[in-house]
Amino acid sequence: MNSWITTNVWLIPAAPIVASLLILAFGKPARRTSVAVAILGQIAALTMSIFAFVPTLRSHGFRSVQNFTWFTFGEQALRIGFVLDPLASAMLLMITFVGLCIFVFSIGYMAEDKNFSRFFAYLSFFSGAMLGVVIANSLLLLFVFWELVGLASYLLIGFWIERPSAAAAAKKAFITTRIGDMGFFLGILWLYHASGTLVFYDGGRGCLEPVALSAIGSSVTLVALLIFCGAVGKSGQFPLHVWLPDAMEGPTPVSALIHAATMVAAGVFLVARVCPIFLVGAINGVTTSLTVVVWIGVVTGLMAALIAVAQSDIKRILAYSTVSQLGLMMVSLGVGGVAAGIMHLLAHGFFKALLFLGAGSVIHGLHHEQDIRKMGGLRRLMPITFLTYAIGMMALSGVPFFFSGGWTKEEILHATSNWPQSHLPHYLMLIGVILTALYMTRQIIYVFLGNRRTASENAHESPSVMTIPLIVLAVCAILFSVILTPAWPWLESYLTGNAAHFEPHLLIQPMIVVSLALVAAGVSVGIWIYRRAGETDPLQHAQPALFRFLENKMWIDEIYDRTIVAFSKILARLSDWMDRNVWDGLVQDIGRIGQFFGRVTTSADERVINAGVDESTSGAQGLGRLISRWHSGQIQTYLGAVALGMLALVLLYAWLG
Amino acid sequence: MVGLISVLILIPLVGAIALYVGQPKNARTVALIFNALSAFYALMLWQKFDATASGLQVIERHTWIPSIGAEYLVGVDGLSLLLVLLTSLVFPFAFSAQRLERGACALMLVMQAALYGTFTAQNFILWFLFYEMTLVPAFLLIKIYGGENRDYAAVKFFVYTFLGSVAMLLAFLGIYFAKGTFDFAALAGLGKSGLLVGKLQWLAFAGIFLGLAVKVPLFPFHTWLPDAYQTAPTGVSMVLTGALSKMGVYGFIRLLVPLFPNEIKIAGPWLLGLVVCSIVFAPLAAWAQRDLKRMVAYLSINHLGYCLLGLFAITARSTSSVIDMHAALSGVFLQIFNHGLTAAALFYFVGLLEERRGLRGIDDFGGLMQRTPLLCGWMSVAMFSSLGLPGLNGFVGEFLIFKGSFATAASFTAIAVLGLLFTAVTFMRAMQSLFSGPLAQSCSGLSDLIRREKFVIVPVTLLMFAIGISPQFVFNIFNATVVQMARLFA
Repeated sequence: MNSWITTNVWLIPAAPIVASLLILAFGKPARRTSVAVAILGQIAALTMSIFAFVPTLRSHGFRSVQNFTWFTFGEQALRIGFVLDPLASAMLLMITFVGLCIFVFSIGYMAEDKNFSRFFAYLSFFSGAMLGVVIANSLLLLFVFWELVGLASYLLIGFWIERPSAAAAAKKAFITTRIGDMGFFLGILWLYHASGTLVFYDGGRGCLEPVALSAIGSSVTLVALLIFCGAVGKSGQFPLHVWLPDAMEGPTPVSALIHAATMVAAGVFLVARVCPIFLVGAINGVTTSLTVVVWIGVVTGLMAALIAVAQSDIKRILAYSTVSQLGLMMVSLGVGGVAAGIMHLLAHGFFKALLFLGAGSVIHGLHHEQDIRKMGGLRRLMPITFLTYAIGMMALSGVPFFFSGGWTKEEILHATSNWPQSHLPHYLMLIGVILTALYMTRQIIYVFLGNRRTASENAHESPSVMTIPLIVLAVCAILFSVILTPAWPWLESYLTGNAAHFEPHLLIQPMIVVSLALVAAGVSVGIWIYRRAGETDPLQHAQPALFRFLENKMWIDEIYDRTIVAFSKILARLSDWMDRNVWDGLVQDIGRIGQFFGRVTTSADERVINAGVDESTSGAQGLGRLISRWHSGQIQTYLGAVALGMLALVLLYAWLG
Repeated sequence: MVGLISVLILIPLVGAIALYVGQPKNARTVALIFNALSAFYALMLWQKFDATASGLQVIERHTWIPSIGAEYLVGVDGLSLLLVLLTSLVFPFAFSAQRLERGACALMLVMQAALYGTFTAQNFILWFLFYEMTLVPAFLLIKIYGGENRDYAAVKFFVYTFLGSVAMLLAFLGIYFAKGTFDFAALAGLGKSGLLVGKLQWLAFAGIFLGLAVKVPLFPFHTWLPDAYQTAPTGVSMVLTGALSKMGVYGFIRLLVPLFPNEIKIAGPWLLGLVVCSIVFAPLAAWAQRDLKRMVAYLSINHLGYCLLGLFAITARSTSSVIDMHAALSGVFLQIFNHGLTAAALFYFVGLLEERRGLRGIDDFGGLMQRTPLLCGWMSVAMFSSLGLPGLNGFVGEFLIFKGSFATAASFTAIAVLGLLFTAVTFMRAMQSLFSGPLAQSCSGLSDLIRREKFVIVPVTLLMFAIGISPQFVFNIFNATVVQMARLFA
């Protein structure tokens, strides 16, 4: 069974995609049927992922590839393939497991939606495409699935299509990520040109293997940065982060699965996957391309954390938090902590899905109220949601020892402190940790603690189909930390291909103390600021200008609207105008000149050569009359004339030349 | 003693005569029957075609007017066969889009015959005859059966393309006087050493270039196209974009590049500049259109621009590697086919919308997804195919073109990638205003796809998926030709 799955790893993405097509093909099947098909597809993918996981445990640095020819053009074969290695396998498990939890949760959350079946079809399609990204062994195949993931995201953000805001958000997401993807596409072309292959691992000839890497030469930095453009778009990094918060227009399970746990992590995954390209020519693990990755990550991480502090929509806070955490992962990859970044990605997948589903449970219980200032006191009304949410909050804030996020964050901070280039990212990330604890505390206080406000009156706990996934994910957020501790860094060893040793003395690290202190600082500042918070934010009282700046997302959307978007629109109108007036105008002007010659011919006919002299003249006169009859002020006559005029000129020139 | 290709050319002509003489009540059905026959013979041709052999096959050669070097010489290689198949596909698709009048059906069939001739003729005089033969029915179809502004559009179309043809004819006469042959293969063999002397060579190059550039069309010779496509009836627009526009690209591949390899190298950067303008400005202009048909027309210019990008990029420099040549040529051939399929489908859908609503402005619709989900869904597939989404046909061709052009024309390629972005923006805006939001009052009575329409659109869409996922069956048609042409162009 094990070897069977390693050679047929494509079946893992195929299962959900087939499920999706089945649901779509049957038009509007019964709700039960479509749910059953979707969940079966997801369970099949999860089961196969587990089977695929087993062989990767056997040997360190396990990697199995199946390459094949997609098509032959001319005499050239375009090869693509699938790969199963620890990175892929860990991602497969996380995606299928979190995905399954979210599928189950959606049964409850979407129960009343009239397009229930279509929702599950899209969700399954997404899942399949995302699994494809993970196991692709070719940058081209990865790009294919990458775009399909983008399509699924587009369809799901705009799922409530009758809402104009949802449609606008979907469009924005598709176009913004496509901007990044154009860079990515060029990167693929360049890599293909320079290295001659797009297959990652191909028995020594792949583009991530030394021979091809050295063939790329000096352009490697640009190739890496172009590929990174795609990651910037997909993972919501500055300056292309603007689509992700708007993507919260989609149903909450979509936000949880796509815009928190999996798809947005694809950018981080991509950088991790093609890391050898970023590392070509590294001195002490530092290259220009990686330095760019670090700084983009730092700017994104800090900016998003700041904005999150001033948001009042429960999902938007989490969205900015996601952007910020993705920035943190990018920093980690950039400073050389690839394993730490991926570990944080996996841990984040669990607890951010948990938080989003918790938010979904709150929204569901409050009849689609999303403003945290109208909530409050929900801890008694929704105890399970509250408890699980609190676990998610602590994991996200990075509380050490018991929560997965604590360990991975500590790893990342450790990696940043060792970066030889500069210590600034490290200190800025420490500020980020405080901010994260602060905005999560703010959210918990507003939503669950204090007195009930307007929206909490008719709140109720969600049905068990929704709370059970919450509990499962919460347990994971805690248990996952077992394999993350520095005392027994199993996951890190698994990802890097080393053996893990149990060394309990490593459990207490200086960085742990620092983390703990920072989180404690963030939480206590949060409690101190928000303990008596009313419907207006205390920060708004204290710093109205700053709060407005952050609340309006630093006006980045507005700046884009008035610069790039406005410029493109003007360019479009200009193109249209040029077409109508300049290019077409030119044609019509030539027509007018021709018409002028026509008139001259006519008058010459009538005055110089008298009527009825010989056959040829009468013919020319007939032509002249024809032309004068055409002279009705209509454009076509001008054009008719130009044909004749040009014909005469060209004939003349051809004979003389 | 009539060969397979001649039969293929004759069938639609017989159909046109039958329509004229027989005056049947249901002209479209008759036309579709003749289309089925054509398709059958096209498939026979495919079956008879040996995909592994290079060079012309199924040749028919008869003396015609020996004194001027005119010969009846028809035959197919992979490229010709691909275009014959495309023509056989697009015409029935167009006929089923709309119930055209008897006269229109007859004219369409004449055009179909002329297209078969254009794509199989291997002697210039014969080719030119067929090439011009497409023009008259196209002109009449726009002029008689077009919508608003049809007189202007028809005359503009005619004069514009006719002017190009005249220039081309003169150029070929010049070449004939110098070399004494009209045979494509013979001329291509002479191309490298130069066909004419001095200025005349450039004059001939310019003449042929102009004729073909108008036909494709290439920026800035494109202004006839939006008017013509906009005003033509749906079925005619489909044929114009799906099959007729391929004559220009075909001419570039078959005539201009083989005959003037040295001129192409010198003019290369300028040609690429024009191509990139086509690719970037056309979708920008499309974005600004309010009329859906005009929008699709502009995007057509963009997509054909990709074909010329691939072609010029590999021929403008002598440094192209074999893999880039093969990639670009395969991409161009596939893109020709894909564009025919997808652009025709887009016009088909615009036609469906217009038929239901009576209008086709982008603002005349809203919230259609709630009323006609199937129409929206299938139309979206065509749109995503057109914007190059992987998994659908457009992506494969565009990837190969860009792959081929990147090596020798990296900066042009980098700018051309913007075309992909603007195309996406255009379609995104269209989808947003057509499909989403609250259902517009005026759209509340629209009906979803009916069975006849599904019967048309499902196979076409499946073909898009098939090419997108497993395109080998299309590559098999022309791989040998690609190899042969790459050797010729190198």
